[in-house]
Amino acid sequence: MSGARQDPAYTEFRPRWYRAHVSTWWWMGRWSYLKFILREISSVFVAWFVAELLLALTALSSGPQDYAGFQEFLRDPVVVAVNLISLFFVTFHAITWFNLAPKAMAVRVGGKRIPDLWIAGPNYLAWAGVSAIVAWFLLRA
Amino acid sequence: MADTITLEVTRYSPELETEPRLQEYEVPLRKDWVVLDALNHIKDKVDGSLTFRWSCRMGICGSCGMMVNGEPKLTCATFLSSYAAQGRIRVQPLRYFPVVRDLVVALEDFMGKLQSVKPWLIRKEEKPLSEGEYLQTPEQLDLYKQFSMCINCVLCYAACPVVGLDPGFIGPAAIALAQRYNMDSRDQGAQERMDVLAQHEGIWGCTFVGDCTKACPKKVDPAGAIQQYKLTATLDRLKSFLMPWGAK
Repeated sequence: MSGARQDPAYTEFRPRWYRAHVSTWWWMGRWSYLKFILREISSVFVAWFVAELLLALTALSSGPQDYAGFQEFLRDPVVVAVNLISLFFVTFHAITWFNLAPKAMAVRVGGKRIPDLWIAGPNYLAWAGVSAIVAWFLLRA
Repeated sequence: MADTITLEVTRYSPELETEPRLQEYEVPLRKDWVVLDALNHIKDKVDGSLTFRWSCRMGICGSCGMMVNGEPKLTCATFLSSYAAQGRIRVQPLRYFPVVRDLVVALEDFMGKLQSVKPWLIRKEEKPLSEGEYLQTPEQLDLYKQFSMCINCVLCYAACPVVGLDPGFIGPAAIALAQRYNMDSRDQGAQERMDVLAQHEGIWGCTFVGDCTKACPKKVDPAGAIQQYKLTATLDRLKSFLMPWGAK
């Protein structure tokens, strides 16, 4: 190795490659990357809704007084704000999920791949249908 | 249209510098010139030391991929005139790859990953030559043809943030090529490939950003290939869970 540089990263037959550092803020400044990060963050809000549902069930099973207390908790402006933000993220999560479905399912009919809408469409319809049933159930009184 | 356009080109000489720098060159803004023509003009007339890869000049060999104004592009298919309004074009080596010199990146890691998914026809038993070729119908060809268009230009790797964040990720092109063989009616190696693909560093590393598909100059849709394979791997796992006695 006489004559070779003393740099440990450098050898005679393997020159020193430059590796760029990936910035912590790599997801800023590009919509597709930001959208991806928002979608990943949406899982936190999905978890929040699950926790809230469990709290509701616990309150419901503990009697009317506890349930009234839980409803009071839901009326808190901070909780309303958190729930509105969560609704936005959960909706975003659902839309990206339904749009993914046609990419994952390459269904062929008569040798041709069917259009994406034929797979995403029924998903959206089912979503709207279930939402309508839930809305009817909650608002019928 | 102006007569010239400024090219900001990455220069890196590992023997002399610790990190790359940008160097500016004025090149003629000709309507029929692509970025690769401009680079060749620099190398021929201005600075012979500029180093970059290229070969076919017609979007087939996949050698001339670089970052053009931050987007992974085949420089042989990217016209200077598209950037005339901006007045300058920044040409950099493909993102997330180690830079060897100037615009040349090291592809060893990618080649290793590509090989790991066994992108060739695997037969459990070869039939004798006397029985002739393995025949295939046009419908069977259609199933994988799109994925077979990959030219290994690795633009999809430079588009994928997961490649940058997780260097072990097998990556879009290698997975799409694995799918190309998995879906080939002549192939019997899907199970062997699954051992490599159905891992965290394989398909599950992908978070479906989708930029690989947007960057692909051959419309291979690697993001689609990966999502389809996620479904295949999940169903396979479910099947082996429900029917553990089923022969692999």
